[in-house]
Amino acid sequence: MIQLMYGLHFPPIAELLEWPGILFNGTAFELNKVGLIYLWAMLAPLAIFVLAIRRSALVPKGVQTVAESSVDFVRDNVVMQTIGPDGMRFMPFLLSLFFFIFFANITEVIPFIQFPANSRMAAPAVLAIIVWCVFNAVGIKSQGFFSYFKNTVIPPGVPGALLPLVAVIEFVSTFLVRPFSLAVRLFANMLAGHLLLVTFAVLTTALWTPGPLAAIVWAPFVVLIGLTGFEILVAFLQAFIFTILTAVYIGGALHPEH
Amino acid sequence: MIDLLAQADTAVDGLKAVGAGLGYGLAAIGPGVGIGLVVGNAITAMARQPESAGMVRTTMFLGIAFTEALALIGFVVFILLNFA
Repeated sequence: MIQLMYGLHFPPIAELLEWPGILFNGTAFELNKVGLIYLWAMLAPLAIFVLAIRRSALVPKGVQTVAESSVDFVRDNVVMQTIGPDGMRFMPFLLSLFFFIFFANITEVIPFIQFPANSRMAAPAVLAIIVWCVFNAVGIKSQGFFSYFKNTVIPPGVPGALLPLVAVIEFVSTFLVRPFSLAVRLFANMLAGHLLLVTFAVLTTALWTPGPLAAIVWAPFVVLIGLTGFEILVAFLQAFIFTILTAVYIGGALHPEH
Repeated sequence: MIDLLAQADTAVDGLKAVGAGLGYGLAAIGPGVGIGLVVGNAITAMARQPESAGMVRTTMFLGIAFTEALALIGFVVFILLNFA
């Protein structure tokens, strides 16, 4: 077993994450695998909803069921639980976020693609910046600039002596840590999942030998199958968590604590 | 992992590898305990009041997300130390 492990070649991380251009090489519109996955993550939800609307019937079936149940899911589990009925005007934004992130994540387990586009930092960072702009704009619009700032930085019921400390902590956590942690959470989860799958796939092929050892060397393969199922769950859960945190931030900006 | 050890022929590289491994391991302790607490209490709440399970589940995911961020930052530091 140990001798088999010496033959193991684990690919360097650049090989797993950096892809050469595929289309329009040398122009500003150069697309690599990551770019194509983002394109798919944009077009697939669009196709689902356009098809669902064109063939809409009173009793949904096929693609319309998918569209309607996902809208129901985001409405009941995200908007109603965190913002409330007046959050319905943020439904399109939250639903787009959910679908975009989910379709960019799920390519992690689709055979022959097997790369979660969100394991590159760029798109999670941009999404987090968009969310940051949206929840601050909502807060400023609904409360006014100074009272939004005051309500965010000074939580109610804090004793006077602690106020400077709490204000600094709240300022840092709301305006600086929130977008950072939102982006890092999505990015690191997908990167970790991808590395995990790669590790067990490499182990599976490297350990495979005919002979008496074949009785035990299939173990990484079983783990790989199990982890693939787990990563489907993670891809969905990360899209859900990103959406629900966005909704919580918007809800907090819309309804200040008293 | 063997590759990693072979690369670390200088003391600095070795210390980097040790620091990265220890850093991630230490960063995972707190969030591990934290996520256990969050999920355990959420299960207790759901078992007591099954009708509030939906709300509890949403809040549980929020709690997990906040707790997990610390472990993930540890993982990012690990990646940066080893590969950047």
